[in-house]
Amino acid sequence: MTTSLNRIRSTRAHDPLLLCSLFFLLAVAACGFLAPWISPYSAAGFEEQQILEPPSWTHWLGTDSLGRDLLTRILYGARVSIAVGIGTAMIALVIGTVYGLVSGFAGGSLDNFMMRIVDIFYGLPDMLIFILLSLLFGRTVSGLLVALGLVSWVRFARMARGQVLQAKEFLFVEGARAMGASRRRTVLRHILPNILGPIIVTLTFSIPAAILAESTLSFIGLGINDPYSAWGTSWGSLAQDGWRAMRTYPHLIFFPAAAIFLTILAFNTLGNALRDALDPKLN
Amino acid sequence: MASFLIKRLIHGIVVLWVVATLTFILLRLAPGGPFDTERKLPPEVLANIQAKYHLDEPLWSQYLRYLGGIVHADLGPSYKYLDRAVSRIIADTLPTSALLGLLALIFALGVSFPAGLIAASFRNSWIDRLSLLAATLGISVPHFILGALLIWLFALQLGWLQAGRWDDAASMILPTMTLGAAPAAYLAALLRSTVIETLGEDFIRTARAKGLRESTVLFKHALRNSLVPLLTVMGPLVAILLTGSFVVEYVFAIPGMGRFFITAVTDRDYPMIMGVTLVYTALLVAANFLVDLCYSYIDPRIRAYG
Repeated sequence: MTTSLNRIRSTRAHDPLLLCSLFFLLAVAACGFLAPWISPYSAAGFEEQQILEPPSWTHWLGTDSLGRDLLTRILYGARVSIAVGIGTAMIALVIGTVYGLVSGFAGGSLDNFMMRIVDIFYGLPDMLIFILLSLLFGRTVSGLLVALGLVSWVRFARMARGQVLQAKEFLFVEGARAMGASRRRTVLRHILPNILGPIIVTLTFSIPAAILAESTLSFIGLGINDPYSAWGTSWGSLAQDGWRAMRTYPHLIFFPAAAIFLTILAFNTLGNALRDALDPKLN
Repeated sequence: MASFLIKRLIHGIVVLWVVATLTFILLRLAPGGPFDTERKLPPEVLANIQAKYHLDEPLWSQYLRYLGGIVHADLGPSYKYLDRAVSRIIADTLPTSALLGLLALIFALGVSFPAGLIAASFRNSWIDRLSLLAATLGISVPHFILGALLIWLFALQLGWLQAGRWDDAASMILPTMTLGAAPAAYLAALLRSTVIETLGEDFIRTARAKGLRESTVLFKHALRNSLVPLLTVMGPLVAILLTGSFVVEYVFAIPGMGRFFITAVTDRDYPMIMGVTLVYTALLVAANFLVDLCYSYIDPRIRAYG
């Protein structure tokens, strides 16, 4: 773990693109969290005096068809995106890694059967399963979190299993087993720390995938759109509102779209940098 | 080889059955139904509707009826479009979606091959960095954002093309680009890295030592040997195209299967949802089967031991 971190630090600390991405993501998360204190406006409500204003000094990104400040709505929307992205990745990480570890360590016919199931899910389009599951779990932040988590765990399962199969061959693992370490101890103390690098990389890539899936679902009208909840409205729903008025009020779609795109791009840049730093083959 | 293909075929059928069963269970568990209206229906009417669609039968009998229908390519009646069967709607809309997917695939291949090869042969130059940047952008941009941007630029600002139509070749340009961008970026990045890897092999050094021209080395030796990894991702690529297609069809108002799927989800038109899901799965299974066929044709090891 520490060696991985050191490797990242030594090879990538000077990369300006990586630093920009990291700062941008931290800023997005902070702004989303602090939205009520940062913005003087409310994300809900109706201001008939200031409908559909273009960007100005009072409303930096303009206002929407109900007179709500667009920047404020985007700040609140960051909560949905960040929560869905990180929450999904965590759910998928836990389910997938445990599944992969068990499957890879068990080996034999159990491994075979467990991987058959993964193969079936892996082949299907993510969005398709996601839409079907969202019917079951409902159109709330927690519902989408569970649905998305159940979609993306297979990536972790495959990765973890592959890593376990490799790690089983390592001499120190064999040594630990020869010295009588229990299965539990071998997995937790020897194998898991050694596969942390690939897990972190997969995690970094599954966050933007979840944000993309959620915003797409919201854009086609099947996602989160509730301005009165503490979560605000998803960026995808904001973009959909803007999409309907794109001809006359392009700012309404431009800014939410830019927020989604830049966030996904920043996570992908981060993932690429981590992968390059952790892949010994490339160094 | 025959046994390998038969094995894959059986695997495909099992996948279809699992997906059919899971979708059936999932949609029976999902809250709300197609006949939940604002105004409560009289019980007699509700009973009549349920009898018409066999919803009053026990679950296992509904399940068997559903599976039996699939075997005969009958996916049941649509709850929303009362006069049309799901199979009929799919048969009407699938060709449009297939055309869009095919065009996007051709676009992706046409863009990614030159881009990947150029990037690999001028490795670490500005042109390589530029194409890597373009690939990262292409992978990161959601379909709906790229589609909206293209419509805004080419249809609203420049006025070169029209959006929201699907009749002549010009109307297909923007949707094709929108759907093809991500696969193009994905393939270009993959091609670049496999070609670079292949260029480091011994037989490339031999070819160069023989005094062959660099272009011959690149096209005849490096590219050919880089094609196998590309083939492996064709299956997932079809999945990406399918997923993208319903967003692109929504954005560009194309009368394809994906747009009907979105409407069906909004309406909770369960037979329609199950039907489209099955067709998507069947397409994927077929695509993977084709990839396996090509694979065993290209790589003799699979033919011998598969």
